[in-house]
Amino acid sequence: MERLRITYSKTTPMRYTSNLNIHKIWERTLRRARLPLAYSEGFHPQPRLIQASPLPLGLLSRVEMIDIWLESEPGAEPVAEKLAVALPPGLEVQSITPIELLAPALPAQVRSAEYVAAFLTPVDRDELAGRVNRLLGAPELRRERRGKIYDLRPVIEALEVLPDLDAEGHSCIFMRLSARENATGRAEEVLITLEYDPFDTRIERVKLILNSSE
Amino acid sequence: MLTSTEIQSRLERILLRVQKPGRYVGGELNQIVKDWDTIETRVALAFPDIYDLGVPNLGLAILYHTLNARPDVLAERAFVPWTDMEDQLRRNGIPLYSLETKHAIAQFDILGFTLPYESLYTNALNFLDLSEIPIYSRERTKTHPLVIAGGHAAFNPEPMHAFIDAFVIGEGEEVIHDIVNTYQAWKRSSQPRTALLRSLAKIWGVYVPSLYETHYQPDGTVASVERLVEDAPKKIEKRLVARLLPPPTRFIVPNIDVVHNRIAIEIMRGCTRGCRFCHAGMITRPIRERPVEEIVNALEESIEATGFEEIALLSLSSSDYTNIVDLVKAISVRFAGKHMTISLPSLRIESTSIDLLEELRTGRQTGFTLAPEAATERMRNIINKPISTENLLDVTRAIYDRGWQSIKLYFMIGHPSETIEDVQAIADLCKKVLAGGRNAIGRRANLHAGISTFVPKPHTPFQWVPCDSVEQIEAKQRLLRNALSGPGLKYSWTNPQDTMLEAWLSRGDRRLSEVIYSAWKHGAKFDAWQDQYRFDAWETAFAENGLDPDFYTHRTRFIDEIFPWEHIDPGVRKKFLTQDYQWSLEGKVRPDCRQQCYACGILPGFAELRRQNPGDAWKCPEVSQGRVRAVNTLQEA
Repeated sequence: MERLRITYSKTTPMRYTSNLNIHKIWERTLRRARLPLAYSEGFHPQPRLIQASPLPLGLLSRVEMIDIWLESEPGAEPVAEKLAVALPPGLEVQSITPIELLAPALPAQVRSAEYVAAFLTPVDRDELAGRVNRLLGAPELRRERRGKIYDLRPVIEALEVLPDLDAEGHSCIFMRLSARENATGRAEEVLITLEYDPFDTRIERVKLILNSSE
Repeated sequence: MLTSTEIQSRLERILLRVQKPGRYVGGELNQIVKDWDTIETRVALAFPDIYDLGVPNLGLAILYHTLNARPDVLAERAFVPWTDMEDQLRRNGIPLYSLETKHAIAQFDILGFTLPYESLYTNALNFLDLSEIPIYSRERTKTHPLVIAGGHAAFNPEPMHAFIDAFVIGEGEEVIHDIVNTYQAWKRSSQPRTALLRSLAKIWGVYVPSLYETHYQPDGTVASVERLVEDAPKKIEKRLVARLLPPPTRFIVPNIDVVHNRIAIEIMRGCTRGCRFCHAGMITRPIRERPVEEIVNALEESIEATGFEEIALLSLSSSDYTNIVDLVKAISVRFAGKHMTISLPSLRIESTSIDLLEELRTGRQTGFTLAPEAATERMRNIINKPISTENLLDVTRAIYDRGWQSIKLYFMIGHPSETIEDVQAIADLCKKVLAGGRNAIGRRANLHAGISTFVPKPHTPFQWVPCDSVEQIEAKQRLLRNALSGPGLKYSWTNPQDTMLEAWLSRGDRRLSEVIYSAWKHGAKFDAWQDQYRFDAWETAFAENGLDPDFYTHRTRFIDEIFPWEHIDPGVRKKFLTQDYQWSLEGKVRPDCRQQCYACGILPGFAELRRQNPGDAWKCPEVSQGRVRAVNTLQEA
């Protein structure tokens, strides 16, 4: 048995594929790659895969992570080679690291996530900066999500307007949001609080910070 | 018309505003993208329902692969958007586009619809409208794509005649190339569009409705179908492939969950059972089987290419596949223990079916499905699905005994000459089956009765019979709902209004084109969806066109009636169907024609093809020169 941690990017068209389906896509990718994915015991064996932190539908990512358990021990490099051929368009492996079989579960290790949001419709940069400052200055930001009231402010660890435009000339903001279980910030909630339409932006997750990566 | 780049950039702004945006982006594993600018002929393949239903469609997959195998052709896919996406497209001025390269459908040379069932017709109109292509065939010019359609529903093409430039009658995998070649020759010739249509009409299996005119009797039945040009064939003989071509294996793997996430392989085409209600069984003859080795190799290739966790072995009657035992053994040997689910639908009601499914059974417990279709022996003889009730009870009992907790039985109500006793018998039989299960495994046993409503189909022995009225259906369903309640019993049924739509359109004539158009104008679309179906729009459409829907549904046809689809020749002859209809009235059964040829018409119609493909290629008898004459005489007798 071997446990491997795969860091991968998620680009168009996978951007429009939900987490649940990503799970299935990994399962199929490993089958195509002829890598013997381990299954749980029991009457309904489940494939042993676990993702670090759910990525909301529509977001791009450079840093998705998944732990996989293989029945054999092929090692990280041969696995990377096989995956390079078997992966579908929109997923690309960045790195593969062997992990101790008994190391803590991946989702429990995630502390924060960093995002960059690009505004597809041009925005007034001074206005944007003003709104960002007002938001950071607020003692609390009451938001309602799925019928529950919560305070968005404490999950925002960093928020700033990026000095440079992106390659397509869009203004961008950077944010670091808490991604701990029960204290997960959502990038689109921040955008809504800033009074921008999140559907008119392109959001990319650019970094995942784990407890171990101090 | 927006360019592909403009469409893509507008899409990014709207995709997150709709449900399941993964339906609209393409880019899946195994999609085929070719260079738009250098390819001579561009074909859009359309399934007129949403992506989730269209992607698993095997017919579309076959055409996609065979067309893309040609260096001079590209084929891309398109589906209709769900209502939320339709709103977004219309509001943002985005025409319907192909998934592969996001080109507007109107920019393609050929648009091909697959029409497996009638409730897709209004969606096809909506598809044309969203594509900014004139809905009526007669309004299209040289600048528009050629619009073609095929699929089982196209065996009665008349209700859609006004909207489709050319229909394929029969199997599409070879004729599609003839159509493309004819299109290419026409395009180089710079002749008018009518010249293209006339050349298409000369292809075996192609029907160009604008070259024909239907005349009616004062009572509304058809008087004659007139050819408007000499070179259009009098009868359009269905197209068929002499041998099944190698099956597609590089299936597109969707990035979202669709109705069937699986590898589908056709193990056999055609059926020899001759169930009288069955449209597919009549129009897909003769029987052609794929060799075991070819199936198993195709499965291996498919798994390698897709990684799918599920396999479906498709045919109209799996148990009749000659080497079914060998096939199932070979599959279980090669794919056991790989966390795969293998489904083998359409099994006969006999104990060997249990052996087959036992062999394929993996960890996941699923139900066992059987289709007795009727609950009394009298009724089963009328529909030509003879099984004894005793046998059915033995087999179902054995299924429970051997570890299945759940059985699903399919029945139909509304068979010709069905009485209320026959309906009551469905409930009684279900209860007996469940009682057998409870005896075997106790309270874990459960039964699901899926009870649909019979719709008479063209080109079948029941094409003459009336369909039940909504009131009759409701009365029968009420009886079943009351009788089939209780622990362990589940009952599902078809909405009678859905049945009416299918019944009008199945045996409709050309006048229904206007009805379909009006219904669509009044908002009908997604007729196959319970929550979208607008019965009122259809009622209004019939009234506006001065037509009585009951004329199409509740009328017993004259035995010598000229049907609207009379000029469409499915190979099976009307004389044979007439005799089989008469046999049904006498309760007389026609045995499986693998045992003996009953001269349905396939052999004389395709004698030359059979002679070129002797032996096991077809399950029909072999023909020599003399034999054809004998078969012909038998036919006349």
